[in-house]
Amino acid sequence: MKLFTISGSPHINRKSSVKKIMLMVIISLLPAMFVSVYYFGISAIRVSLIAIASAVFFEWIIQKLFFKGTKSIGDLSAVVTGLLLAFNLPSNLQWWIVVIGSFVAIGIAKMSFGGLGKNPFNPALVGRVFLLISFPVQMTTWPKVDVLDFSLVDAETGATPLAIVKEGVKEGLSISEIFDKLPVTFTDMFWGNMGGSLGEVPVLALVIGALFLLGRRVITWHIPFSILATIGIFTGILHGINPDMYAPPLFHVLTGGIILGAFFMATDMATSPMTPKGQIIFGVGIGIITVVIRLWGAYPEGISFAILLMNALVPLINNVSKPKAFGKVKK
Amino acid sequence: MARLKTFRIGGIHPEENKFSAAKPIEVFPIPEKVYVPVTQHLGAPSSLLVKRNDTVKIGTLLAKADAFISANVHSPVSGTVEKIDEIIDASGYRKANIVIKVEGNEWEDGIDNSSAIIKECNLSAKEITDILKEKGIVGMGGATFPSHIKYMIPEGKDVDYLIINAVECEPYLTSDHAIMLEKTEEILIGIDILKKASGAKKALVGIENNKLDAIAKMQEVAKSFKDIEIQPLRVKYPQGAEKQLIRALTKREVPSGKLPIEVGCVVNNVGTALASYEAVQKNKPLIERVVTVTGKAVKNPSNLLVRIGTPVKELIDHVGGLPEDTGKVISGGPMMGKAISNLDVPVTKGTSGVLMMTKAESKRKKPLNCIRCAKCVSVCPMGLEPYLLQQLVDSERWEDAELNRIMDCIECGSCQFICPSKRELLDYIRVGKARVGAIIRSRAKR
Repeated sequence: MKLFTISGSPHINRKSSVKKIMLMVIISLLPAMFVSVYYFGISAIRVSLIAIASAVFFEWIIQKLFFKGTKSIGDLSAVVTGLLLAFNLPSNLQWWIVVIGSFVAIGIAKMSFGGLGKNPFNPALVGRVFLLISFPVQMTTWPKVDVLDFSLVDAETGATPLAIVKEGVKEGLSISEIFDKLPVTFTDMFWGNMGGSLGEVPVLALVIGALFLLGRRVITWHIPFSILATIGIFTGILHGINPDMYAPPLFHVLTGGIILGAFFMATDMATSPMTPKGQIIFGVGIGIITVVIRLWGAYPEGISFAILLMNALVPLINNVSKPKAFGKVKK
Repeated sequence: MARLKTFRIGGIHPEENKFSAAKPIEVFPIPEKVYVPVTQHLGAPSSLLVKRNDTVKIGTLLAKADAFISANVHSPVSGTVEKIDEIIDASGYRKANIVIKVEGNEWEDGIDNSSAIIKECNLSAKEITDILKEKGIVGMGGATFPSHIKYMIPEGKDVDYLIINAVECEPYLTSDHAIMLEKTEEILIGIDILKKASGAKKALVGIENNKLDAIAKMQEVAKSFKDIEIQPLRVKYPQGAEKQLIRALTKREVPSGKLPIEVGCVVNNVGTALASYEAVQKNKPLIERVVTVTGKAVKNPSNLLVRIGTPVKELIDHVGGLPEDTGKVISGGPMMGKAISNLDVPVTKGTSGVLMMTKAESKRKKPLNCIRCAKCVSVCPMGLEPYLLQQLVDSERWEDAELNRIMDCIECGSCQFICPSKRELLDYIRVGKARVGAIIRSRAKR
């Protein structure tokens, strides 16, 4: 007698997979990658490839040595982590520092918690922040933008717009005086023609990639929108009170990796809340912490720390932002 | 155009694959033997009235409902009871079963077997309800809840709406669609009768907007009836779930753990409305139904009018035979239907379809880690957190599972359908519901 497969319903699945989701994230990062190569040259590719290769290698070797059961090496998640880490690094970073970053991101932030989906903190950001604290000089020596220069040597270096503004304010200059000295305009910031990590500068290209992810419903608007709105409103109020002390909101949104952070880092599925309500709480929290660090903290940027701090609160946020129950009985 | 109504939270859009949608209903020939399980409904088993070698006619009572929630079973054929044994039905359980060898075509007296339409009905609500009970009418959408119980309205409750479920949100299935096209007037008379039985002021018929011809035809015929509204609905699964359908049509939410009557609604399937018409107006018990026999590799997907007790195998032979590549056969639709282990399973009152799936479709993919993408949360029509319930069941935290309302799960399968990691969410939730249900019952006893 012919026997058939028996299993519980449902008997069909949507044609989606972890791998497809990861592939879409990679595709969405490609426009920014191209722009980055345009401004920073071949060294942007160099850092990215080192980060990706080492991330995949560490995932593979750790799974081989320590993991039983399902292996996740084929799902491209390590590629995404490596690429996002590279996006958060200067393009002139020494290769061995990149490898250390990948090791911290994959080995410590992801695999030691059990691998895919089990990490409480965004792996790429843990890697980045580890490097920022351990190698502060190398991590904040940004190459100057040199359009279509494909040599591997970046001789000139310079500070990011955010760092210039922060230093200026400390020295007692007014915002308008600082802006006069700033080497870049708002248009430059929009296109990505400024100093910074290789993937955080091309704002327009990142937005295009983000729209793709929104369209394919890999991410939803809740987290990025609430981050951008919070930063915009918070800095807008301060700028309105004292335009000499506080830079305008547009400046804050366009610089220091806010777009990369809001659309690509904070939206990491494993480390963000499960409901729209929770995601908005999460986004608002990131926005507030970012602005507080930028204006009153030691670092000119701040969104990396903000995301990691809010990552830690995700389980609590999930507890207070349960979905609205159907037919809930009031007690 | 105004935005079509639908239920508010969650829901999915699986591929429709309604291959048999344009097919007319074909009368399936009476088989040589039928296998009639004594229990074909939700509730207590009925008690057997016949024994070996008894002669039965079409419509002879075979088993009687003794308990409150139970249903009569009638003979779908005329002939001799060959034996009484046990059979594994679509649910996978062994059940008492009556095997009848078909001889001739004799009907019990009083059953009107003609196709003449009788519109007039002067019976009282109580009389209608009694006929539904007598004729073994159960919910024909698949849940097979004995219908007469729904019309025994508790003291102090008013019914505002009779809700007729003609949504057919399961992919592949087209039997409700087919009867709406071919038995339109009978169905509407049936709805009118059920409306009277329920005491409702108005009947609302929900049909998804992928059945435009059925909507048009039902609307046309409904003009000659009072207070029956045909309401097109946006296509979204699981709109055919009772609570979701009530929400879509009336904006009322049935409270957790309560029945539709709590919000003044009684819900029945459109197939049940047709069976009710035949029972009340034609004196005909529930002995046949329309079954969709379909699948991607099936040669000739069809809507067949089949006598209860016909083995599934014969239906499959009729539509071109079992495709070589078949890996799974499902009684019902792909979202909530049950996989059957062999083809000797007979058609029962709740068999809405027989779906053959290819080997490639049949195998489950290996589940991966949860990536907390929250898709399961966003599609759950009950506002639950399937990923969390899975974890709680896995770690046997039954009290937390109860607090997170595991018992509200309607087992629609949307969460498991959408999961990119192919996790077996509903399997876990079912296990949890069984355990938590047992804990709640033992608490009530104390």
